[in-house]
This record gives sequence, structure tokens and C-alpha cells, in this order.
Amino acid sequence: MSDRIKVTVDGIDVEVEPGTTILQACEEAGAEIPRFCYHERLSVAGNCRMCLVEVERAPKPVASCAAPVAPDMVVFTQTDSVKAAREGVMEFLLINHPLDCPICDQGGECDLQDQALGYGGDASRFDGNKRAVEEKHMGPLVKTIMTRCIHCTRCVRFATEVAGVPEIGAIGRGEDMEITTYLEAALDSEMSGNVIDLCPVGALTSKPYAYTARPWELKKTETIDVMDAVGSSIRVDTRGREAMRIMPRNHDDVNEEWLSDKSRFVWDGLNTQRLDTPYVRRDGKLAASTWNDAFAVIAEKINGKADKLAAIAGDLVCAEGQFALKSLMDNLGSPHLDCRQDGAKLSGPRANYLFNTTIAGIEEADALLIIGANPRVEAPVLNSRIRKRFMMGQFPIAMIGAPADLTYDVSHIGAGTDTLADLLAGQHGFADVLKNAERPMILVGQAALTRDDGDAVLAAAIQLAENSGAISPTWNGFNVLHLAAARVAGLDLGLLPGEGGKDTAGILQAAKSGDVETVILYGADEIAGAALGEAFVVYIGSHGDRGAHRADVILPSAAYTEKQAIYVNTEGRPQMTERAAFPPGEAREDWKIFRALSDHLAVTLDFDTVEALRVKMFAVAPHLAQLDHIEPAGAPQAPEGGAMTSDAFGVAVEDFYFTNPIARASATMAACAKAKGERAPAKQGTGSHG
Amino acid sequence: MLRDEDRIFTNIYGFEGADLKAAKARGDWQATADLIKKGSDWVIDEVKASGLRGRGGAGFPTGLKWSFMPKENDGRPHYLVVNADESEPGTCKDRDIMRHEPHKLLEGCLLAGFAMGAHACYIYVRGEFIREREALQRAVDEAYADGLLGKNAAGSGWDYDIYVHHGAGAYICGEETALIESLEGKKGMPRLKPPFPANMGLYGCPTTVNNVESIAVAPTICRRGGAWFAGLGREGNSGTKLFCISGHVNNPCNVEEEMGIPLKELIEKHAGGVRGGWDNLLAVIPGGSSVPLLPKEICDTVLMDFDSLKEVQSGLGTAAVIVMDKSTDIIKAIARISHFYKHESCGQCTPCREGTGWMWRVLERMAAGRAQPKEIDMLLQVTKQIEGHTICALGDAAAWPVQGLIRHFRPLIEERLAAGPMQEAAE
Repeated sequence: MSDRIKVTVDGIDVEVEPGTTILQACEEAGAEIPRFCYHERLSVAGNCRMCLVEVERAPKPVASCAAPVAPDMVVFTQTDSVKAAREGVMEFLLINHPLDCPICDQGGECDLQDQALGYGGDASRFDGNKRAVEEKHMGPLVKTIMTRCIHCTRCVRFATEVAGVPEIGAIGRGEDMEITTYLEAALDSEMSGNVIDLCPVGALTSKPYAYTARPWELKKTETIDVMDAVGSSIRVDTRGREAMRIMPRNHDDVNEEWLSDKSRFVWDGLNTQRLDTPYVRRDGKLAASTWNDAFAVIAEKINGKADKLAAIAGDLVCAEGQFALKSLMDNLGSPHLDCRQDGAKLSGPRANYLFNTTIAGIEEADALLIIGANPRVEAPVLNSRIRKRFMMGQFPIAMIGAPADLTYDVSHIGAGTDTLADLLAGQHGFADVLKNAERPMILVGQAALTRDDGDAVLAAAIQLAENSGAISPTWNGFNVLHLAAARVAGLDLGLLPGEGGKDTAGILQAAKSGDVETVILYGADEIAGAALGEAFVVYIGSHGDRGAHRADVILPSAAYTEKQAIYVNTEGRPQMTERAAFPPGEAREDWKIFRALSDHLAVTLDFDTVEALRVKMFAVAPHLAQLDHIEPAGAPQAPEGGAMTSDAFGVAVEDFYFTNPIARASATMAACAKAKGERAPAKQGTGSHG
Repeated sequence: MLRDEDRIFTNIYGFEGADLKAAKARGDWQATADLIKKGSDWVIDEVKASGLRGRGGAGFPTGLKWSFMPKENDGRPHYLVVNADESEPGTCKDRDIMRHEPHKLLEGCLLAGFAMGAHACYIYVRGEFIREREALQRAVDEAYADGLLGKNAAGSGWDYDIYVHHGAGAYICGEETALIESLEGKKGMPRLKPPFPANMGLYGCPTTVNNVESIAVAPTICRRGGAWFAGLGREGNSGTKLFCISGHVNNPCNVEEEMGIPLKELIEKHAGGVRGGWDNLLAVIPGGSSVPLLPKEICDTVLMDFDSLKEVQSGLGTAAVIVMDKSTDIIKAIARISHFYKHESCGQCTPCREGTGWMWRVLERMAAGRAQPKEIDMLLQVTKQIEGHTICALGDAAAWPVQGLIRHFRPLIEERLAAGPMQEAAE
């Protein structure tokens, strides 16, 4: 392209886009530039001064992270003056740094440590006392040792720009400057853990991980998160069988490099409350048992009464397991199967239940309507993407449903279906905003779909999308935001009531009336035990949670970090997890349990390996084979729906920290919920009691 | 010596009133509208022709700076910001302008603002300047009441508003971009440049920040012509300048003089000479605490202007002449200056945040003789590690006095260290 600019870095010519910084141009040319404050996803601060380079005809060294390139600029990164500048800055950073690497959790993965090796001197020339800084309380997740802080302000910029909670800042001046949360409280954010990754030194470290492991003794497994339906890329670090911590991986189209607090800190839940052996309820009490015994008990209940069998799949289960369950139910001839334990009225063409715009596509949208969703707690990483788009400007956002602070400006235009009907009739001002937008987005949450009139709401939302020009060959602005990592795969694989089959509500009703005698809960923990009446309950899952408490037989399965399995995120993006550790004790991978059970029920499933299972699964849903690729789903089609009732939309996620069995088993999540409770303002007294 | 008829600040000592009537009697606000009607290019050209260099310390040509403002208005307002955050130790000229000649400043604001297409001007007054701010506000109120400001200011057809803003007393807010941040209500921390204020300044709009004195001399330059101003002083260092003479002189004072006056003449003529006679002189800091000091042998002959002082590795700065006689403990004096910069560093960028404290601590020890001789070179190296490596010029300002000390008084430091306790212990 002709408008590219030629820059020479250490004698190497590169052509870069105008507006590129010198640092980026240097990287393009293969020259490594040390830095602390610069982070490509944050605004430029230019305060660490580590990235100084020499530019021809410039009177003094230039901070390469902040300076844009100019045509025919000649940059030197290896001259004596550059080296002197780097060594000088490094020396300054170290004079007040405690150098307590042996007891610092950042040791081994510390930018300061690494760069000191490359650019630091061998001995300190500073013989004064080092500065000591008081710790700051930052809640149950982030541990502070502020004496180590090098004042790069990455955490400040993250909180302000990405998380949208300007609650970290610097007070004091000069060498007395301190980074603090002002009020010494946890950040009011679901993204707060990211400051730990951003901190280039050990000032902000992970509190739950403190002193438990060293990075070099951990096995690192790259996998996928299932705490929400975003499918963030993560890395699980294990020692032996135990998960020690979870870190984000970069995925530009999904989570960039951020991770929500639940996804990051849930790992202690993977090590507690685990089901590690089959259980059978005898005389009202669950007793440890063997696989064969448990299968025999189940076979006794089901054989010959397959028509009285029903199954519900839960929120964290994988595609393979769901396919195995579906195959088992097909073989048994039972149509009572549902993957929607929350009762969402979603089915039909894929476009009806996908986040069609895609997460990266949010950045291209120019108007947004949120219907019955609170993305901040339902998908924090996705919410940050909306905020990113908001920060670019010219992005009107309106919301129908329960009011919430989403960290960006939203005009709350209504509480429920009445407003949606007004929009549909063009009687609301925001209808014109959507219509005038070139690429409008409509985001429908589960709170709008799990109602009795969910079909009608879905139909109205799709109709509104069509009316607003949100559906065209080049743009699909209709989006469903899922909460469960399992759901899209379940819908793709058809885990829905068959001919004459009952859905979740129907199954529960039948269980109470006795029409259904046996219910398989496959990781379905969001159903109250009493709702299942007198039915015989088989629970297949990894954690001793609500489902297991109600169960008559428990079959222990693998959690998401313990199997290689496919999950499909809310965009319809299939991604594969990897096994970071083996399941505990007798627990087995989900599909193997169904395969073994099928033998006992005399309807043997015809696959013996996961590969054979996948061949069959891909025949049903070929797009699952294309990992990390989104198969476009085309245009949504409004389902036949009755009339909308005029109730307000509810709240889908009551407590962000307790949405699934693993999170409920995590002490860290409990601590977070407690901290949030303490942070919430006390209810104002009415004054009527004196 | 400057002739009285070439004096711009005729009431700098406050012998006459500072009010509008007295100011008008001295010639302020005289036919301002006629100057404006000659057009903004004419104003800028006159200031360019005068050779006026910024009086805040850096000495950047003022007319050139004004011409950096966008000619075409892209819809964003333009702002003139006057830097009255006079905090450089030794400097006390702007406060006298605000107290005794406020109308020169206000008229200058109108002319400069008009020249750069601004309809609004903010004067950022140093926090400690309570009376100065009151005096300035009084003058602004008078000017509004007289129709000199506001709609159709001074009958020129140009709408113009001036707001006096009170700082909170941070030295760093005298740095132009930190001043802008502070004016916006943020913490006073310098911005990265580019973008420069002329493109993205106050509230992201084109902004020019000028020193009080630079603006206050503009009306007289326009009235008497750039050529008149350029005829004073030396080429490239033209005009008159307010010098602030303090320290060990018999008569500390502010005085307006021609640029390029010999330092010795300046001190002897206006400040009553060095305490105990010229031969009792130890050193002079010629331009405010941030410039390197000059020992007596240089002071004997040096001329007081930008280029002459640069030649002797110092600077004119704000032209605040700090005189130190032989009773001065020069190491302790520089240590005190170093403490000032350590205290005023904003803490944003590494070299200044960490380096200023380091320098101060070493200097304190040196003043007490408690240091190793090799630390002199180390200290010099530390100053070099700060100089030129920071976002703003405060790092340079902190490094230069120390460099000046080592450059000219190294034997003295060595002597003191040799007599100090650490040498005795080593022996």
C-alpha cells in the first residue's frame, strides 16, 4: 500500500501503517524493546521510561511506546546511549524495590526479574534505606505488597478503561506516590483478577494462590473455561492431580486476554466437594458403592420401563456427554429429554439461539438494545467488549429489564414486554435509533426467555431485529446471550423433547404425578430437589451439590479440566478442552459412564472410543468438527409464539459467584460473595422505628 | 542600561495604583480595538518580529508558538491559558505583574487570544498567591465593568472571557501539560507529547500556554512595534526582561532591564552589589533554581541572556538571579534545592520519581562530609540518567543544579569528604 510509512530500525527497513508507534515498528523489525508500563490493550502511559530508543535528529531519547512513527524515521535500539538509558531506568526501578524475589509469588514470571537480568547492573550503587509502603486491602482475590510496586499504573488504567470501575488510583507525589483503592476495599468488578496478570512485578498477586506453588513446578494445560457461555481461553496449572490456579490465554475473538473472576478463581472448587466414587441410597442414606452395583440398581429401575424415564442435562456438561446421553435415550426409546434445565424457550434454527454478531463483532456494531440481560454478571468478558465498543464512542445502548450498572452508559427504557411491544410498534424513540443504525445489535438474555411467554418474547425480539434492519446478508445483529457453557452444544445436538416428549417443566410435573419414575440428572444442579417428587433420581456429575443431594444413585464424572471435550460457546464456536488432571478416585469421563450404563440397560451404544463417538456426533452436527470456527447460522426465524404477558423481566443471575456446582464448592467464591455483601450499602432505615 | 522610556512595566513596584484608571493613565487599554482591527496575522507578525522569547524559562519564540495554533477552526474552541503558577525558587516577577500591572496582562490576554482565535482564556494562578489572585480578579472585574472584556471586548468586535483559576500549590502544575491536567480537575501530572497542546490541549482542544510576562509585554510590543522591541538587547535575545535578584545582595529587587546586560552590572547597579563587595561573591544561580550555578569567574563577564548563559552551560530560565556570597555552604545549598525537586516530583515517571530522592540523599551526606569520593562520579552519573529521560523537564531541572555543583565545585566536595568521618574511619 502506498500510504504505508518506511521506518529504519537498526538498519532494517520496515513498512508500517501511519499512526503506528515506534515500539510497534521496532517489534515489526524484530528488535526487542523492554517495557513495563506499556500494554497493548491499555492506553499509553509512557511513564516507566524503559522503552527509550534513539531517533535520528531527536535531541534526546524517545519513549518508543508513546511516539508515533514519521516517514523515513531512523531508529536505533542498540546504541550505547539506549543501553545507558535502559540501565539507568532499571537501576532507578530497583533502588526502591525490595528484591525479595525468594519470597515473592511473582518470582519466575516477573517482568522486572526477567528484564533486570537483561538490563540490570550486577550490584546496587544505592546504599540508602529502601522505601516501604503499607499494604492496601483489595479484597479476597488480590493480595498487595505495595513496597514492590514500580508505579507503572497498568492496574489503574485497567480498572478505569476495561473494567469500567475507576476505583484504583495513585495518591501522593514523587517517591511517596502510592497505588491504592482509596477506600481499601475490593474492586467492585467481576474482572478484578486481571490486575494480577497486568502487574509486571509482585505488587498485586493472587491471594488464593499465595505461597502455594512456583510457576516452574506447575504443569500448564491450555484449555477452555466453562463458567459462563463465553468460552474464554484459559490455562490450568496443576501440580499432580490438583489444580493450583487458572490463568487466561489470549484469544482475540473471545476473551482477548481477560478473564472473569469466577473463571479465574474457581479452581479450589475443583478440589473440594468432589464425587469420587459411585453412591447408592440405601435406607434413605447415600452409601459408597461400586460401579457395577450402581449400574445394577439403575438397570433394575429402568429395564422394561423406559417410557417412564426422563433425562435433563445441566450447564457444565460437554458435547460428547450430551451426545452419549441423547444416543442412550434414543436407544431406550424415551422422548423425555431436555438440555434446558432453566426452561428457556430456545430451539429451532441455530440462528435463533446463537450470539450471531459474535463477540468480536460487537466492536463493529453502532447501536445496542439489551433485552432481559445483565451482561456484566452473565458474561463479564463479553461485557468488557461492549464497554470497549462504548469507549470508542457513537454507540447508543438501551436496556429493557431489571436496572443494573453495566459499567457504561445505558438508557434504561423499560422493565418488560410492554416496552418491547412499543419498540416493535415503532412507538418508542429507540426504535428509530436502531432503525437508523447501520449495524444495530439486539441482545436477548435468559431472563427474557425462561418465562412462560419466552416464545413470544423471542419472536418479538427477532421481529424487532428484522424491522430494524439488523438482519442482512452482511450483518446479523440478533443475539442470544447464554449463561451455560453446555447449552449451545445441547441445542445443536438436539437434546430436546422428542416426539411426544416432555420438556423440563413437563418432566418435573410428571415426576411429581408419578408419570415419570426415573430421572437422569446429567450435571443438572439448578433444579430444586422437591420438584422431582418421588422419582428415582440418577445423578451424573462431578460435585456433591443440589443434584447429588437429591440423588438415589450417584455416578461420579469428570469436571471440565479433567477431560478432552468439546464445548460450544454462545457464539456457536466449538472449542476443545484438554485434560489438565485425571478425575479423582473412581470418577470417569462422562461418555464412558453412558457407554457402560448402556451395556447394563441392554441397549449398547455403538462406540468404544471417544473418537468413534465424535465421528457419530459430527455426522449429526458437522460444524462441531471445525474447532474455533463459527459456522454462520443465517437469519433467525420468529417462532410461533402466543401473546406476551406484561410482566417485567426478572434477573437471570442472582449471585455471580454461585452460578454452578463448582463455584458453589469454592471457598474463594464464597469469600467474594461475602466481600460483595459487605461492600453493598446498608439498607436505609425508614425512620419509623425511632 | 535600559532607558526609562523603553520600560514596559512602569508600575512594577506599585508606586502608582493598579486599578483600571491608573493603568489607563499609563497607557494600558489604549486603542486596543485598533490593534485588533489590524487582524490576527498582524499581531502574530509583530510579536514574531519583536523576537520575543517565552519568559517562563524555556525561551521558545512566542510568536512562533502562537502561529502553531490551527488557522482553520474545526469546530473545537481554542483556548489561551496563562501560566501564573510561578513557583520556581528565586522567581517573583509574575506576582508583581499581577499585583501592580494586572491590566497589562489582561490586555495581553485579549490580544494573544484574538491572535490565536480563542474566545476564552484561563489564568492559572499559583495556590499560594492569595493576594495576587485577588488583585487579578479585581482587575478582571473592572475590565468587565468597563466593557474591555466580555461580549465585543474593548469595542473590538471580538468576544472574550477571562477566568482566573486558583491552583493548589504544586510546582509541577507550572509545567504546561500538567497545568492543563490540573485545570481539567485532574491530578497535576505532565502529559506525553506529542500530541502538543496546540493540537490537543485543554479539554482536547487547541491550546496555547504562555507565561504571564510573555503575555503582559505583548500589548506594548504591538503598540510600539516589534522592531522597537527587537532593537533592544542582542539578536535572538531581544527586548527587555524582568530580573529577580535575591540572595546575598544589599538590595534584593525585581528590575526590568535590557536583555544581555552583564550580570555584574545588573547586580551592582540594581541590587546594591554583593554583600561584602563583588570579591565576596561565591556563585550565582542566574535563572531560577533549576539552572546550573555559575562560579564568580564566569559571573565577572557573563551577559544575561538566553544564548550567553547557554554558552557557559547554564541558562537564563526565569531570570531569577540567586546570589550567594562566600558565607554560603554551596553543597548544602544545592542539597536544599535537590530536596525541593524531590518534594515536587509528581511521581509519574521512573527516573524523576526515584532519582530525585537518591540525589538529595547523597547530597545531604556530602554536605555533612559523609560520603566516599567515588560517589561524586556516581552522583554525576545519576544526574545523567535522569536528564533527558523523563516525560517533562522537571527531571532536567532536578539534575542541572547538581551537575553545576560538581562541574564548578568538585574540589570543594572532595575536600569536605576528605575531612569527613568516613575518610577518618577508612584510614
